[in-house]
Amino acid sequence: MLRWLPESVSTFSGDIDALIRLIYYTVGAWFVLTFAVILIFLVRYRYRPGRRAVYLPGNTLAQSAWVLVPGLVVLLLDIGIDIYGERVWEAVKLHQPPAAVQVRVTGKQFAWEVLYPGPDGRFGTADDRQLNGELHVPVHQVVHVTLGAEDVIHSFFLPHLRLKQDALPGRQLTVWFEATVPGTYPLVCAELCGTGHTGMFGRLIVHTPEDYQAWVKAQWPSS
Amino acid sequence: MSETSGPQAAHAVHPAPQGFVRRYLFSTDHKVIAKQYLAIALFWAVVGGLSAFLIRWQLAWPGEPVIGSGLLPEAFWDGDSWLAQSLQYGSIPAEFYNKLFTMHGTIMVFFVAMPLLLGALGNFLIPLMVGARDMAFPRLNMLSVWTLAVASVILLISFFVPGGAAASGWTAYPPLSAVPELSEVNWGQNLWLIAVALEFASFLMGGINFLTTTVNLRAPGLSLFRLPIMVWFQCIAAVLFMLSVGPLIAGAVMLLLDRLAGTSFFIPSGGGEPLLWQHLFWFFGHPEVYVIMIPGMAAALEILPVFSRKPLFGYRLIVYATFAAGFLSFIVWAHHMFQSGMDPRLAMPFSITTILISVPFALMVFAMIATLWGGVIRFPTPMLFALGVLGVFIMGGLSGIFNGSAPADIYIHDTYFVVAHFHYTLFAATFFGGFAAIYYWFPKMFGRMLNDTLGKIHFWWTFIAFNATFLPMHLVGLGGMMRRIANPLNYDFLQPLQPLNVWISISAFVLMLGQLVFVVNFFWSLVAGRRAEANPWQANTLEWSTASPPPHHNFDTIPTVYRGPYEYSPPGVAEDWLPQHRPLVGGPAATA
Repeated sequence: MLRWLPESVSTFSGDIDALIRLIYYTVGAWFVLTFAVILIFLVRYRYRPGRRAVYLPGNTLAQSAWVLVPGLVVLLLDIGIDIYGERVWEAVKLHQPPAAVQVRVTGKQFAWEVLYPGPDGRFGTADDRQLNGELHVPVHQVVHVTLGAEDVIHSFFLPHLRLKQDALPGRQLTVWFEATVPGTYPLVCAELCGTGHTGMFGRLIVHTPEDYQAWVKAQWPSS
Repeated sequence: MSETSGPQAAHAVHPAPQGFVRRYLFSTDHKVIAKQYLAIALFWAVVGGLSAFLIRWQLAWPGEPVIGSGLLPEAFWDGDSWLAQSLQYGSIPAEFYNKLFTMHGTIMVFFVAMPLLLGALGNFLIPLMVGARDMAFPRLNMLSVWTLAVASVILLISFFVPGGAAASGWTAYPPLSAVPELSEVNWGQNLWLIAVALEFASFLMGGINFLTTTVNLRAPGLSLFRLPIMVWFQCIAAVLFMLSVGPLIAGAVMLLLDRLAGTSFFIPSGGGEPLLWQHLFWFFGHPEVYVIMIPGMAAALEILPVFSRKPLFGYRLIVYATFAAGFLSFIVWAHHMFQSGMDPRLAMPFSITTILISVPFALMVFAMIATLWGGVIRFPTPMLFALGVLGVFIMGGLSGIFNGSAPADIYIHDTYFVVAHFHYTLFAATFFGGFAAIYYWFPKMFGRMLNDTLGKIHFWWTFIAFNATFLPMHLVGLGGMMRRIANPLNYDFLQPLQPLNVWISISAFVLMLGQLVFVVNFFWSLVAGRRAEANPWQANTLEWSTASPPPHHNFDTIPTVYRGPYEYSPPGVAEDWLPQHRPLVGGPAATA
């Protein structure tokens, strides 16, 4: 089942996949166990003439233990998943390592606008450069993406990096990632945003360091 | 009349009204009202199913003309009829696709699941199960079903107004839903809001009746912990609904004002806050899924002991677990919003409460399995569907852990994994639970038996086709396919998933086709089914102590209750069942 996940190409995508794998094996074991028990019961206790059912209301603590103990196991596994998950959530959404590259991405019906601050590193200056639907980043560098939206809610989704964050009108949110494999990956909108929602996508281009320098040179030739 | 005092005395027996209008249309009889809810639910199920058909057609063969559209002449598609405007020469444009999934969700949750599981089951069963002559407020009951009828008409009209039906998803997130220019839908969304708000009002009135009837009109001896689980769960659902719906009714009014009166509650350019709607919606939305879930589970919990000939294992434990689940459902809503832009520090607390909710539901599932242990199990159609609820719900509960974990949800959120998950839970409740209930209580409702062979064909067809449809949908979601996109072929990285999409769609069509077996069985049995005796399943609860169908006044004599509802195969009794209302004369069990 997990081989359906797309290639994993960011520093935290492996952690998210590992969490999905942990949950998958945990619930998979429960699935096999409960269905095996149910099937065994259904076959073993099927109707046969002359047999009388056991009178077992399960209203004493000793009897309830048959469901309370497995319930306790569920609780412990839940806590385990939560503890593991807390670390991953913290790494992806709470703690942002310092940025090497900063960019602003704005969703609008029905495109992603990508704004680079240019060589001066500041937005709102003359050397800002806007690209339509193309996010160029260097590999192995921390990228901060400040998300906004012009009209409705969009959702910034990089499936191969396992990163998703809604972009809200009237608000700026910053997410981060560090890509680990050069290549071109889809950047899509994951929140219904209107009639053109299905056509709202762009590309993430992860460059090798040399390619990235070349790309920067091409964009800002004067600097 | 045997009773002379107590609240039942107020409900004196009076004859059924004779005219057609008073008897079948504007009836105050809870049994007729239940059938009206059932009719509304079945009507909308057809519309919801048709929209699902078109959705799946588009996802398998995007842009291809819908099968059969070629039969209509070119001139028809050149015309300006509603159909010709909605489908462009038979194929589904993105604008119409957005309407389809918006209305599919709205219809299935608010106009199929609730009317079926609360309206029909709650209305029919609560008075019969508590031994009352009718609901506490019969006229309010009539008003509630007619409010739903008005809401249904408004929702239906919304398809045909200029601009068409709502297209901002069943969750109607603003600003998309708040500004007509952004969604290109004008009155469709207004009518959607009005219809949904009226639906809420309808079920609020219904819930008041459920609670008042259960609290005040129980038969002598029927203490709270002798109530059937169905009555408990209907009341818990009514409380959850009442406590959660208020904020959303306010939200719906605010959204309507944003659209019509120029306010900006949810529009940031005017100083509003779009996330406020999401909080209001999901504060209601999460309890709401349990409002649907719980009565569906109750149908299974009623049926499992009957066909296992065993007491329900851990009756009180199940009631307490459901209290716990109901309470927790009020503090999990933000798990729908992990990636929404709310403060990310809130995610883990909500993730913990969400995953915690697996405990009460796991206890319920374990209690169901324990009920089977040591039983004498038969497999007529109601039992098959009840086991279907159990199996499908386990699957849905387990896949929920992925969504509930905030970091896993970063990837899974708004993909088909979520769609697969909530079909495993809500389809389990609505259709497996609903069908289990219909097959089981049809004899009581209509006085005839449904055909068991057709029922079994219907079950296996549904069970296999359901899993063939929704199991692979998890994989499509893991592959990254987003919800609510009209054309997966637009995306290079989704191309490899397309064979799965075709498989899912074909399975979904097979699933829908299988429902014809039920339709045939339903209408054929209604006129020609075998006549049902009062208690065809040898069940203990009070509804089986009166005739099938029950008389207008339900019980010739209000029964007295001596024990709990699930005394199957009790020691000291020759038969393997002991109805709630049967006094024991002599014998060792008389004092038990």
